[in-house]
Amino acid sequence: MTGLAGAVIDLAAVAVLVIGVAGLWRRDLRALVGLLRIQGIALALVAASTAATQHDVGLGVTAVLVVVVKAGVVPTLLGRVARSDPGARESAPFINVPSSLVLAAALVGLAVVVGAPLHALAPGRAAALAPLGLATVLTGYLLLVTRRRALSQVVGLLVIDNGVALMTFLLTAGVPLIVELGGSLDVLLVVVVLRALLGTMRARLGNVALDELRELHD
Amino acid sequence: MVFVVVLAPLVVALALLVVAPGRRAEALSVASSLAVLAGGIALAAATVHGRVVHALGGVIRVDALSAVMVIVIGTVASLATSAMGRTLVVTADPASRRRAREYGVLVQVFVAAMLGAVLVANLGVVWVMVEATTIATTFLVGHERSRRAIEASWKYAVLCSVGIALAFLGLVLLYFASAHAGAGPRAATLDWSGLRALAPHLDPKVTRLAVGLIVLGFGTKVGLAPLQSWLPDAHSQAPAPVSALMSGVLLTVALYAILRVRTIADAALGVGFVRTLLVVLGLASLGVAAVMVIVQRDLKRLLAYSSIEHMGLIALATAAGTPLAIAAALLHVIGHGLVKSVLFLGAGEVHHAESTTTIAGIRALLRRRAALGGVLAAGLVALAGLPPFSLFASEIAMFRAEFSVGLGWAAGLALGLLVVIAAGLLRAGRQMLLGPGEPAPERTPRRAIAPLVAALVVCAVLGLVAWPLASLLHAAAGVLS
Repeated sequence: MTGLAGAVIDLAAVAVLVIGVAGLWRRDLRALVGLLRIQGIALALVAASTAATQHDVGLGVTAVLVVVVKAGVVPTLLGRVARSDPGARESAPFINVPSSLVLAAALVGLAVVVGAPLHALAPGRAAALAPLGLATVLTGYLLLVTRRRALSQVVGLLVIDNGVALMTFLLTAGVPLIVELGGSLDVLLVVVVLRALLGTMRARLGNVALDELRELHD
Repeated sequence: MVFVVVLAPLVVALALLVVAPGRRAEALSVASSLAVLAGGIALAAATVHGRVVHALGGVIRVDALSAVMVIVIGTVASLATSAMGRTLVVTADPASRRRAREYGVLVQVFVAAMLGAVLVANLGVVWVMVEATTIATTFLVGHERSRRAIEASWKYAVLCSVGIALAFLGLVLLYFASAHAGAGPRAATLDWSGLRALAPHLDPKVTRLAVGLIVLGFGTKVGLAPLQSWLPDAHSQAPAPVSALMSGVLLTVALYAILRVRTIADAALGVGFVRTLLVVLGLASLGVAAVMVIVQRDLKRLLAYSSIEHMGLIALATAAGTPLAIAAALLHVIGHGLVKSVLFLGAGEVHHAESTTTIAGIRALLRRRAALGGVLAAGLVALAGLPPFSLFASEIAMFRAEFSVGLGWAAGLALGLLVVIAAGLLRAGRQMLLGPGEPAPERTPRRAIAPLVAALVVCAVLGLVAWPLASLLHAAAGVLS
């Protein structure tokens, strides 16, 4: 790993996690979507730098795909929803912001412990960074379960996805291209579907928070 | 042949974009499902003696297990598509026509994605296809556009996507382990057969983490407790044919992924790890199902919880993992697919006729609507695991297999819960079916009842004679051992 590319990977991988944690902090939905875009760019930087050091064409293609899908189309789609919503703020998360930041710190610790066998199997700089990906995944889960707004839940889902993608770049220089293509298409379609569903929800029910949707139970 | 199978639903999906909703569109949908079924039988004939069919440069890999799954998909899809016209109200309103068209197309895409999942060689692509089923079915679940349907489809899409993201993380870790299995990084693979060959050299710690995530991730989509909360909502809100497809076959397509991964995990870690995991998930599912079936007040939710029960039973058999256990589990997959489709489609007819699916709102069906009531009665008896239907035979065989590997205690517990669930099902059946009443003026048309009766007859025949499936099921179980 050359010096510069290695430094970029280090920085960008840390940035992916930090942006994920910042998502727990921000309640403005538009800011949340903005963070998602920056996280996509950081992720693409990890992929591109890894591709450059390993002369891996497939991973280079993946990096372009990440920029287009995760930093481009997806945040743009979600941004439109956020802008069209006048009260675009998370009303009151189930856990307040300071507590969720403390929880996030605990989750990072957990990720380091759980990720230890990965580094043991492949001692090296990239695998040492893998817990950052795990921690991003866990942060995404926290975001998803503590927020009431539908849009925040979609952002949580995408943060989880970005965390998994970071793991693939760090550990195995990406998954086979066919899986990467299929996976990106899935992410894109899930966002399209959820956005359409959000539109229907708004048209039929107005601006409800998700916890007001409680008709289905036993 | 493989191409006919995979392409039939895709070609029909494209055709339905131009063919107006109506009789012709329905006929196309049914034809596509029957083509899948025929293709499945042809694939079974090709693979029953252990041959593996490859196509598309190795992307597609079909063995006897894949063939069994294609047959189940084709069967349930044939039943479901034959009932599509009954539940779809198309008016002259353009919005209604647009939604009818969307419905027809998405059902075909849904079937194609399930086929993709069971026909591809690469576990990563299996994952892509399973997630594609979520995408295709989200709108189908929300088809009614009511507040409840929207709530159900949101929950479904988010929870299943999140759950299955775990499985992808697990697959990434498995891929990582395969890159460090001693054969060099170029040997890294997500191909099932490649992973199986490398399995004894996979790092146990990483593999354990990977397999745990994969089982939990796909387990969410199977509807195993405690990851089942989306299932009763989605299956009860979807239109009846979609519920039939989701309950009858989509759950087991997700389970198929677990079956494949179990083989790799057992070779890498020994049988204990996945077995413990599946016993816990299986018993939890049976427990949740037992409680919820007893207190249930809605027919469709009752059927949904019964699906959780049957997935729990299949998970327990998968935990046992012997060839006999797997063969029995696959027979159960087929039997459950048949019976659950019949019951969901029957519930759709009940909803059509009575405008309700609450158990208290349905009365004296056997007197008032003899044919429909009879179908429901036979279906509930089958679902409760009573003879002569094949679910009885497969349950006995699964329990026996569990005893043979020292899981007798789990089988005993499961049997106890099964008795509770059967009592709950039969009590609900008694409330809906028996009692005095006058025959209703309009009857359910024969065209709607005939496929359901045929499916029940097939299920009963399979319960009495295992031929011609026995050799195929054993071949499929052999693939995994």
